Amino acid sequence: MPFIPHTDDDVAAMLQAIGAPSIESLFDEIPAALRSGERAEIPPALSEQEITRLMRLRAQTDEQPACFIGAGAYDHYIPAAVWQIATRGEYYSAYTPYQAEASQGTLQVLYEFQSMMTALTALDASNTSLYDGATALAEALLMAVRANRRCKSRRVLIPRALHPLYRSTVRTIVEPQGLELVEVDFDAASGQTPVERCTALAGDQGVAAVVINQPNFFGVLETVDALTDWAHEQGALAVAVVNPLALALLTPPGEWGAAGADIACGEAQPFGMPLSSGGPYAGFLCCKQALVRQLPGRIVGRTLDADGKPGFTLTLQAREQHIRRSKATSNICTNQGLMVTAATIHLALLGAEGLEQVARACHANTLGLVERLCALPGVEPAFTGAIFHEQALRLPRAPREVLGRLAAEADVLGGFALGADYPELDDALLVCATEQRSEEEMRRYASALAEILEAG
Amino acid sequence: MLIHDQSRPGRRANVLAPSHTPEPSDIPQALRRRARPRLPEVSELQVVRHYTRLSQQNFSIDTHFYPLGSCTMKYNPRVCNSLAALPGFAERHPLAPVEHGQGVLACLHDLQEILKAVTGMSAVSLAPAAGAQGELTGVAMIRAYHLARGDHARTEMLIPDAAHGTNPASAVMCGYQAREIPTGPDGDVDVEALRAAVGPQTAGIMLTNPSTVGVFDRNIEEIARIVHDAGGLLYYDGANLNAILGKVRPGDMGFDVIHMNLHKTFSTPHGGGGPGAGPVGVSARVAPYLPVPLVEREGDDYRWLTEADRPETIGRMTAFGGNMGILLRAYVYARMLGREGMARVADFATLNANYLMARLQQAGFELAYPERRASHEFIVTLKREAKEYGVTAMDFAKRLLDYGFHAPTTYFPLLVPECLLIEPTETETQESLDGFVEAMIAIRREAQEDPEKLKGAPYTMPRRRLDDVRAARQLDLAWTPQQADGGGDGQ
Ligand SMILES: Cc1ncc(COP(=O)(O)O)c(C=O)c1O
Repeated sequence: MPFIPHTDDDVAAMLQAIGAPSIESLFDEIPAALRSGERAEIPPALSEQEITRLMRLRAQTDEQPACFIGAGAYDHYIPAAVWQIATRGEYYSAYTPYQAEASQGTLQVLYEFQSMMTALTALDASNTSLYDGATALAEALLMAVRANRRCKSRRVLIPRALHPLYRSTVRTIVEPQGLELVEVDFDAASGQTPVERCTALAGDQGVAAVVINQPNFFGVLETVDALTDWAHEQGALAVAVVNPLALALLTPPGEWGAAGADIACGEAQPFGMPLSSGGPYAGFLCCKQALVRQLPGRIVGRTLDADGKPGFTLTLQAREQHIRRSKATSNICTNQGLMVTAATIHLALLGAEGLEQVARACHANTLGLVERLCALPGVEPAFTGAIFHEQALRLPRAPREVLGRLAAEADVLGGFALGADYPELDDALLVCATEQRSEEEMRRYASALAEILEAG
Repeated sequence: MLIHDQSRPGRRANVLAPSHTPEPSDIPQALRRRARPRLPEVSELQVVRHYTRLSQQNFSIDTHFYPLGSCTMKYNPRVCNSLAALPGFAERHPLAPVEHGQGVLACLHDLQEILKAVTGMSAVSLAPAAGAQGELTGVAMIRAYHLARGDHARTEMLIPDAAHGTNPASAVMCGYQAREIPTGPDGDVDVEALRAAVGPQTAGIMLTNPSTVGVFDRNIEEIARIVHDAGGLLYYDGANLNAILGKVRPGDMGFDVIHMNLHKTFSTPHGGGGPGAGPVGVSARVAPYLPVPLVEREGDDYRWLTEADRPETIGRMTAFGGNMGILLRAYVYARMLGREGMARVADFATLNANYLMARLQQAGFELAYPERRASHEFIVTLKREAKEYGVTAMDFAKRLLDYGFHAPTTYFPLLVPECLLIEPTETETQESLDGFVEAMIAIRREAQEDPEKLKGAPYTMPRRRLDDVRAARQLDLAWTPQQADGGGDGQ
């Protein structure tokens, strides 16, 4: 029996100790009419060897062409040590560190993660993850509205140049609590979100929070200082959504504008997490000290043990559902712990210099790709704003058709077509070349695109 | 010592390709970071040694018996991990076209079908990232169902007092008031109190069955009738599905909406706190509101159903549709159980729990519900030991660590004083259960003879008991460069 160690003799002895005639009799409190039998719809059992064969075949059919899609999930190099260590059973098969003394490994890793994220964002506190970047933003907004007691409104300004999937996730999660999400349009020429557009949407009751996305969904760098200062002038909290890799090059949220963003969140996937069709990743959420009691999720603190030795424990648990129940800051319980373990090891291996090297290489690769592609007739950047590692390009042919042919003819996933989410960008493609993309792949992309466009 | 305390300027692990990228001079100076973040500067060996040694400071399923009630800490098969990590799965971009994802979509589709069959629900979405998110999703669907019928009067979600904290927290996140229903002395929901509580304001009830006190609620059909007659829906918290897998289905009990914790019942890793996966299942009348994406099969092809196909969906729960790598692990596990293996999980989880309960009772420990069968878990109350020896459930828990056992869940559910919620799971041998009983007996003897010893436990862990009060009062949540300059208190 897979995974079940009992011999017939064990079962007999155990039943005797219980004083029950059979295993079946242990279910005698369940009303008989409700009992269910074996389900024919479920396939019969496979051995480890058989399921391995099946999964290998299926995995083979999914092997990826060279990927120039970014759009919120990025193909970065993951050092071998990251997952060899993270999948050690002591990390992989432990749970939430409720028993601190028997979980110092996990707890210290989480504290180190908090330390790395606060260093990257230049904020004071970090939790130990939410499900992903989009749910981290939803929690950040709930937190901001709770914390902003000066503002009566539940209005939140959110850039239209924020990832469409983030906007829709946030909507699902926060609207039942009466938050009013108001979208701020981007400037058609620069791709940036202008402060003036925010002003027009401030409303009579004011704004509780302003979302500032760096870089934005189009890869374009926003004027974060002006947006942060504007938010603070309105009495709103400034909520940063950042690609944490970009923080190796860009001003950290804690230093935006005169006072710094109040909260920063985003997707930690670029730190050692495989793309894996969309998850598991890990959302991060950092804030200023004054807001720490509104922060949702697990937080680890350093303290002393009975002998006066420093050690780690879950702290500020009075914020959480298992203590506070209906008054908790969030319902989150299980988070993305193992992904955070991987991220911590990844960041320790790269260090600040390695991180900057990756960020620069992505930036340079994308600029190089864009230069190649824009040399083709009719291909041009959709926006003038400076970028980090993604660029929207306008094409002279329908992007969907171009993407299909690039995949079929050149084994290239050429980017993300923007038209479905932004009708005015119906002719545009969002491309990204991380440090993983080789010269050869970029050349192949450019020459295939040239052929496709020439063929007309 | 923190990894930060091992840092030396200029030291590094050389894992990256050398790169000679120029200054990114096109990025405006005003947006450029002025000083590098203070991340550790260490060698690869230092990193490997540091995190390997830290791992050795953990208890885990792979190293210890871990009877943490309500968490189903059973063996996580290694093959599930290695197959989910195959490059074809691990390297696939979430927005890659479905033509380049037929393998993963086939697995997800099959998993949807298996979960439907084993729970008796008419449709399943794999989108929620964990149990609590499954609850949020489920309650949001209940809300959508009532609103679609023009029924705006339903403002209350009924929740038994024994319920997990996520239940009331999730209900409130969906805009409901959480109203508590008491548990009767036998551990079942107090049906009369329920009858008195329902009305036109009732949106539904959130139930865990078997419940968090470790018993199967025998009145479930009656409860379903009462709530349905009042126009409410029944929500099933599937945290305890391991107890009844393949034996009785939530759909047959009358539940309209359920979530499953795949990191419990389907043995995906707990990862030191996650990630999990919390798929939801629904009856036909709630199906239109399922979160997207769903996987659909058309002939031999698989595709995502999104907002465009599902106009009444409550929306998206995460950006990219869920914890796919975890779902793949659960799929591998489900296929290895097969149709004949599902009920076996419940059989042996229940056998182990009832055996451990009987042995502890015979050893003189007091059960919270001695007249009842255990489900896959049960509660011991140490209120007598607390009164006679002045020791608490927490002291027992800490001392268990010294004996090489992870502690059971303590102080949950809240209604049983000095409780240990004990869940052995089906993958443990009789010997490990016997070892746990011996340890409990030995600890009680210590409590009798030398209660101070228990209060000082643990003694053999990497740290003695940690000061939680200090942690909360003198917040130290991150290493700072000042600590390094001032020497810090890293040992
Ligand atoms: C009874 C019960 N309900 C809900 C949850 C929440 O599930 P999760 O931690 O996966 O969010 C848990 C577990 O932690 C639980 O034990």
